[in-house]
Amino acid sequence: MDFKDTPELAKFRQEVRTWLDANAERRTDNLNMGMEGEEAHLAGKAWYRKKAEAGFACLTWPKEYGGAGLTSLHDVVWTQEVANYRTRDAQFVIGIGNCGPAIMHFANEEAKRELLPRMASAEDVWCQLFSEPSAGSDVAGLRTSAVRDGDNWKLNGQKIWTSGALYSDYGVVLTRTDPDVSKYKGLTMFMLDMRQPGVEVRPIRQMDGGQHFNEVFFNDAIVPDDYRLGEVGGGWTGALTVLMSERLAISGIQPTGFPQFLDLVRQLELNGEAVAQDPVVRDRLATWYSQYAGLQAANKRMLTAVAKGGIAGAEASLGKLVGAVMNQEIANFVCQLLGQAGIVQDPVLSPQQAHFQQAVLFGPGIRLAGGTDEVMRNILAEQVLGLPQEPRADKGMPFRDIPTGNSGG
Amino acid sequence: MNFEFSEEQQFIREQARSFLARECSTAAVREILDGGQPFHRPLWEKMVGLGWTAMAIPEEHGGLGLGYLELCVIAEELGRALAPVPFSSSVYLATEAIKRWGSPEQKAAYLPGLASGELIGCFAHAEGPGLPAVNATSSEGSVSGCKLPVADGDSADFAVLSARGADQAVQLFLVDLEQPGVTRETLTSMDPSRSQARLDLQQASAQPLGAAAAADEEAINTLLDGAAVLLAFEQIGGCQAAMDSGIAYTKQRYAFGRPIASFQAIKHKFADMFVALELARSNAYYGAWALSSDSPDLPLAAATARVSATDAYYLISKENIQAHGGMGFTWEFDCHLYYRRAQLLSSQLGTMPWWKERLVSNLLHAA
Repeated sequence: MDFKDTPELAKFRQEVRTWLDANAERRTDNLNMGMEGEEAHLAGKAWYRKKAEAGFACLTWPKEYGGAGLTSLHDVVWTQEVANYRTRDAQFVIGIGNCGPAIMHFANEEAKRELLPRMASAEDVWCQLFSEPSAGSDVAGLRTSAVRDGDNWKLNGQKIWTSGALYSDYGVVLTRTDPDVSKYKGLTMFMLDMRQPGVEVRPIRQMDGGQHFNEVFFNDAIVPDDYRLGEVGGGWTGALTVLMSERLAISGIQPTGFPQFLDLVRQLELNGEAVAQDPVVRDRLATWYSQYAGLQAANKRMLTAVAKGGIAGAEASLGKLVGAVMNQEIANFVCQLLGQAGIVQDPVLSPQQAHFQQAVLFGPGIRLAGGTDEVMRNILAEQVLGLPQEPRADKGMPFRDIPTGNSGG
Repeated sequence: MNFEFSEEQQFIREQARSFLARECSTAAVREILDGGQPFHRPLWEKMVGLGWTAMAIPEEHGGLGLGYLELCVIAEELGRALAPVPFSSSVYLATEAIKRWGSPEQKAAYLPGLASGELIGCFAHAEGPGLPAVNATSSEGSVSGCKLPVADGDSADFAVLSARGADQAVQLFLVDLEQPGVTRETLTSMDPSRSQARLDLQQASAQPLGAAAAADEEAINTLLDGAAVLLAFEQIGGCQAAMDSGIAYTKQRYAFGRPIASFQAIKHKFADMFVALELARSNAYYGAWALSSDSPDLPLAAATARVSATDAYYLISKENIQAHGGMGFTWEFDCHLYYRRAQLLSSQLGTMPWWKERLVSNLLHAA
């Protein structure tokens, strides 16, 4: 058990530091970079292009696909070092972290050589099109249809909660190609060019006022059969690859709110007293730190397993579950701590540019996105602990006979 | 980076697990729970025979010269098996105190006996309810006061004991417990599978541990840090065993025509237990690394491991009873053994208020 770098990794770490010092600004706070709007999008693309040109993009991908051909331990070093700088390094994690591995696994060679290097440098930005108005936690219940039309497929239907779709060039889309078989068997996955008349993106205004997510409508959107990922009817296997990659991709960057809370406790005085001396604050600090430190250490254990050739199992769901809940609880606690002024969401008057007020309002979304708390618990119970599934009312039924209802307006 | 136990250490773990599965069933734990003996002597003697008491003692003092990581994997298995033996008192506390601060003569006098199991030590620090406050006094080769509770104080041969010196500063002493100045009494406790005692000392003969005032209050904290990491491994071992028993039970217990483990109300309960255990295990690993590498992070890492493991064992041992339903409330089912042990381990070395405070003061002082 040790955290020492091998000589090769120590050398790599030094190269990374030198490059980051020359190309990025050191962090002085724990505030996250915003990830919305065209300006943020362009700034993200500029950062990715810069690191691709320096050979630091997609470190674990093969070189022929735009990566650096290095190991996951190099990736760990990069992640540790880049965390000390203000960058947009996690901005395109959905494409690179979720879609990339599925494309690597299922796409034909020509498509991989064409598309992956442009994804790595963020020349193309990708989104993931799974959820639908009637298919959230039960994502395999999706209804977007894909119908064969010569060498192409024609897509019709609607996706929802698609992060970043407004600025995406491509997407990985899960569709129903056969409604006459049971729901998991009739799915097929494709790569889709978003820049076509048959695709319409409408931003969703969220409860916090932001517009991170979108609805995406397909009206005879065209996908060439060359862009199919996996077998016809084999889409669920592909989707699981994407979802598994997603859990690994977000496991290190899942917001917890803890570093911001620690900053606040170190600095804030109320009525002339340091809040760090408040016994209630100290009790919460101990509880949340023990969870935060546990997540950090769990992540190191997972990376050790991955570095030894294992895969990130469903255990990665725990980071999502713990982090999302803690994030909301911390934000609420801090607003209570601030007294009546806790309600004020003002970048000047509120601590940390109103980070905690924003987190109160955005926090519910984190508990839903990428699998709800309840889905995460089911995954842990069924896939890790081996508890039996609930009996399912739609088991074995042809998809078209499954009852549906969606009163979501 | 390699944040995992080595293959050799995992081999030791597997050996320990199969030994304890054979020799320390819950029936063996119940012999002590019900029986009035302070500990399971035949089991203890077999552990000594396997070299567990000698593991982290240097070879020059009759030990095996292995490190803390080996001790951590043993601790996890002892916790899993609820082993009714004075291992933590003798090995994590008494042996460690002498190893760290004992004079060469004290090491030569005590360590070989601790390694061979001829000597059993304990740690006498608490003096009744509340945060640890040492009122025991010392003067010219003797100590006086009352220590309560002292784990294994009724069966140990000697105690490493905290008392105030002539200058009022707290320091550690070595006190042989078979002497006229010491009266000991076994206490009734929530976990009778591990005995607790009251020690009354009236000018009991004692020698300071090590050079003058070397084993001071900060030394006691360091001793507690190391023991907290090891006890955290006992706690996560117990968590795992309790959770596994609940999973096995709910998979075969039917209600409303299906296994109760298929209800989300039960599944989510176990998912939450798993989360608490994974966090506790990961923090314990970090504590193990800090302990074995003598890292300056040890105080924070140990307090974190302790808080996390204590939270997890309480949650898991109580929700395991809940998942078992009425049968979980019977004497016959083992659920209460874990619940009792969770209570014991959370009180040994000091309770949550003390450890949370230690965590926070170290966290806020860290850069």
